[in-house]
Amino acid sequence: MTDVAHSNAAVLAPDLAGHNHDPHLAHHFDTPDQQYQSGKLAMWVFLGTEILMFGGLFCAYAVYRHNHPEVFEFAHRYLDRTLGAVNTLVLIASSFTMAWAVRCSQLGLNKPLKILLALTFLGGVGFMGIKTIEYEAKWKHHVFVGSKNKYRNDSLKGVGKPVDSNTEFEEEGAEVEPPAENKLSAHKTAPGAEGKAEASHEAAAKRSDVGATTWGRGIVDPNAGTPDEAAIRPTYADPGGLAAGVVPGHHGEMHYADLTDAQRQHVYTFFSIYFMMTGLHGVHVLVGMALIAWIWLRARRNEFGPTFFTPVDLVGLYWHLVDLIWIFLFPLLYLIH
Amino acid sequence: MSAITGPIPFGVQDTAHGGGHAPGDNYLNHSRGIKSWLLTLDHKRIGLMYMIGILSAFALGGFFAISLRTVLWNPGPARGASAASANAYMDLYNHLFTLHGVVMVFLFIIPAVPAIFGNFVLPLMLGAKDVAFPRLNLLSFYLWCGGALFFSYVLLSGVMESAFGIKWPGGFGLDTGWTFYTPYSTSKAAGAVVPATLGAFILGFSSILTGLNFVATIHMLRPKGMSWFRMPLMLWALYATSIIQILATPVLAITLLLLAAERALGIGIFDPALGGDPVMYQHFFWFYSHPAVYIMVLPAMGVISELMVTFSRKHIFGYNFIAASSIAIALLGFLVWGHHMFVSGQSPLANAIFSLLTFAVAIPSAIKVFNWLATLYKGDIRLKTPMLYALGFVYLFTIGGLTGLFLGALSVDVHLTNTIFIVAHFHYVMMGSTLFAFLGGMYYWWPKMFGRMCNENWGRLAFLIILVGFNLTFFPQFIAGSLGMPRRYATYPIQFIGYHRSATFGAYIMATGLIIAGLNLLHGMLRGRKAPANPWGGSTLEWQTPSPPPHDNFSTTPGPVGDPYDLHGIVEDKKTGEWYRLPDAGKPRTGPAH
Amino acid sequence: MTTHAANTTHGSDPHGAAAHSDEHGAAAPGAIHPHITSMRLLVSVFLALVVLTAVTVGVTWFDMGDLNIWVALGIAVVKAALVVLYFMHLRWESPFNAIAFISALAFVALFLAFVMADSSSYQHNLHPPGDNVVVTP
Repeated sequence: MTDVAHSNAAVLAPDLAGHNHDPHLAHHFDTPDQQYQSGKLAMWVFLGTEILMFGGLFCAYAVYRHNHPEVFEFAHRYLDRTLGAVNTLVLIASSFTMAWAVRCSQLGLNKPLKILLALTFLGGVGFMGIKTIEYEAKWKHHVFVGSKNKYRNDSLKGVGKPVDSNTEFEEEGAEVEPPAENKLSAHKTAPGAEGKAEASHEAAAKRSDVGATTWGRGIVDPNAGTPDEAAIRPTYADPGGLAAGVVPGHHGEMHYADLTDAQRQHVYTFFSIYFMMTGLHGVHVLVGMALIAWIWLRARRNEFGPTFFTPVDLVGLYWHLVDLIWIFLFPLLYLIH
Repeated sequence: MSAITGPIPFGVQDTAHGGGHAPGDNYLNHSRGIKSWLLTLDHKRIGLMYMIGILSAFALGGFFAISLRTVLWNPGPARGASAASANAYMDLYNHLFTLHGVVMVFLFIIPAVPAIFGNFVLPLMLGAKDVAFPRLNLLSFYLWCGGALFFSYVLLSGVMESAFGIKWPGGFGLDTGWTFYTPYSTSKAAGAVVPATLGAFILGFSSILTGLNFVATIHMLRPKGMSWFRMPLMLWALYATSIIQILATPVLAITLLLLAAERALGIGIFDPALGGDPVMYQHFFWFYSHPAVYIMVLPAMGVISELMVTFSRKHIFGYNFIAASSIAIALLGFLVWGHHMFVSGQSPLANAIFSLLTFAVAIPSAIKVFNWLATLYKGDIRLKTPMLYALGFVYLFTIGGLTGLFLGALSVDVHLTNTIFIVAHFHYVMMGSTLFAFLGGMYYWWPKMFGRMCNENWGRLAFLIILVGFNLTFFPQFIAGSLGMPRRYATYPIQFIGYHRSATFGAYIMATGLIIAGLNLLHGMLRGRKAPANPWGGSTLEWQTPSPPPHDNFSTTPGPVGDPYDLHGIVEDKKTGEWYRLPDAGKPRTGPAH
Repeated sequence: MTTHAANTTHGSDPHGAAAHSDEHGAAAPGAIHPHITSMRLLVSVFLALVVLTAVTVGVTWFDMGDLNIWVALGIAVVKAALVVLYFMHLRWESPFNAIAFISALAFVALFLAFVMADSSSYQHNLHPPGDNVVVTP
């Protein structure tokens, strides 16, 4: 139990308790164990706050994915799941070396400790390197967060407007579909999917015919073009609705043409959420790397041993949390089905 | 010690135990120089540094309050004013109420009691030498300063823009209201939203780290014999507050981060112009900010529990209930955030659930009030200045709490929401309750902090002026609000002029009272009569050490640690007004505290 | 235990030497006695995590409709539990640390549940951008 009451006398008179020879024992603690347990407790509580902080992002993710599943299925195809899987393995491996490092510090094995910390750090470098490659690809394909995202226009354009999206980017040869190398090899193309895709293109074409009067579910506004249109039109459209004749998801890949106008507004949202989540996670990786470097420097000075390894243990906990969050980010962002 | 048979004075330094301090050596003069303060790890000094910063913020927020009340003296811009000057008039008002809210909420009321009294008395009440992580504690303080710097930038940019026409990058001033509601804050507001949100983000970290520190301290540094149910109620309150700070603030952090990203990059999560969801912003915001009102009021309730015992000369009534209700408030407080969104487009089902839960949270609050009243019953009540504030607290908190029930009722809320009825309600809770408890705590622990007493008569007079001014300011707002006067409006129909002028007049009176109280405290600190170790006859551990305490808090083992509110054997010398402990007093009881 | 090859850097400290000679007591009062995870367990957990990562990728080859996300999340939860219990030693930590961690998860769940339930019920009231709402003066 953490709430073991400790000897008052020793707290107040360390000289008498005889523990003040330990250079790592702060004056207001009674025993090394009390200090160690306090550090652990604080770290676990801190990890709880980290989870709650990411919880906000997971909540935003859940709300948008729940309401726009097709959008997420389409947009996630820009993410490279091979790189994502490799990064998962990199982080898991670095978590393993970190746990091993903690064990070494507890046993006072200083040399392996230094090697394992260096390996863990390298894991962080590898993760961030791969992340950089991924981000660069997003930049190239104009799906980065911010005004350069080609789907942002769709968000601004709104429903009921003719679809001539992304003219700004067409000059540069960008397409509205994810580039071929990102079309997931893991997806088996169901037989007949080709034809299906064509059919959905036709459906999209049909919708463009009715242009300004089409909303989700293909309902045609009878008041289109009349002066009363704006007043009569219901003040909402159904953003979760499906394009006419399109059964999304189950057997083929989602294509841009499969999305209704209302859905297209949220393609950009996916990338925002992706970048906020992975970005914040990346910042945590960088912080963790800095902490590991600091621990490594201290290990070089032979500071850790069986009586004092709290910093290694706490940094380890932090690093595992970073891994933990990625364990959820990977399937949620890269493996949408 | 058992050889002594007569009454023992409090705070006698026991040099025989090896922890000896030179007489007169205390934490204030233990080391000298500005560096010894700025880099101190002593929780008491950090508490005092917080006090300087937080009181400055309070003065600033008060200045904005007085200014906005001054604007409301008249129903609107002068007749015949040009459109431009009328706009400037409204704009000024929008900036004033926003800055008043932001400064008071983030810089003053959230850190006030935990950061000042929490830091100063928490380790003392535990008989400990410091909080669990002194360095982290200092970091919290500097994070607070960092957040304050960001707000200073917001303020300065506003002043520069309006006074000298200098445009600063990132907009000027702030006129979004303290809630930063989207989409106004993300796309329309001209103010420095990004610096303000980043400031609040940093302050959030300060708050989280303080909470973390207190939780670890209370868990790990309780002395032998102090079980959970023998802690002073102030510690229960601080513990409950810390739980909220830890669990709620991270959500605010991510909300503000997303808001800043929304404003800077346009990420389309909250901004409807990009397909975002502004109602979700309100969910995010209030998930923190409703529990945050309990961050504001819970530690204040802790202070009141202490004052009630000491000045009623009676054991606290219903210790277990008060302790448990603190935790209950902390947890139930997380389930009611939707009552801020009854008219925001939240679904009817959620409205009904949140309304029901809002009524539920009134129960633990009421438990506290009833137990305090029962503590007063047949007590030997001493109407010292701190006790006056405690009684004021009970009176004003009851009004604030009951009007909260009006607002929790769905149908009534539809009528009252966004009127100044709400303003009056939360000022009765935040100001009438928290500020009164804060001032009561200041008067109560001031002798412990500085070793000197304040003048009682001036203190009582200031209390009376503040009480009258407060009610004059906010009671009319209940009436005007229920008649339909909206909040956050710079202009009003002429029939509301009586209420508004009363409020403005009351605000001036209150400011006068606060200035008197401030001068009274300052005078006490510098020129007051020397304070004994236990000037009020308190029974908790902080009164056993000299005033001001030595650097290490206790030169002798405080104790015995038993029932924290056992007043038996703490006797007053009627002639001198000094308090003594009878030698056999305060023996640890074998059973649980009653 | 094979862990006694300790080459302690604080060998002069008698408490430290005692700390790992016996994990469960007998050491000087107040000395640290952590749980030291065995190498075998660490490696097994690591391998399990690698296998589960492969499974979570592999399972997307099969179309199970709405089940896919639950399978993915289920695997993620198992992986997370492995990391928390063994890499982070939560299994051997004091109960309060587990309570702190789990209550953080519980509050995320509370937040998520309310916001998701509410947002899906007001979703049809959201005005899409560009949908000009007529504001009558």
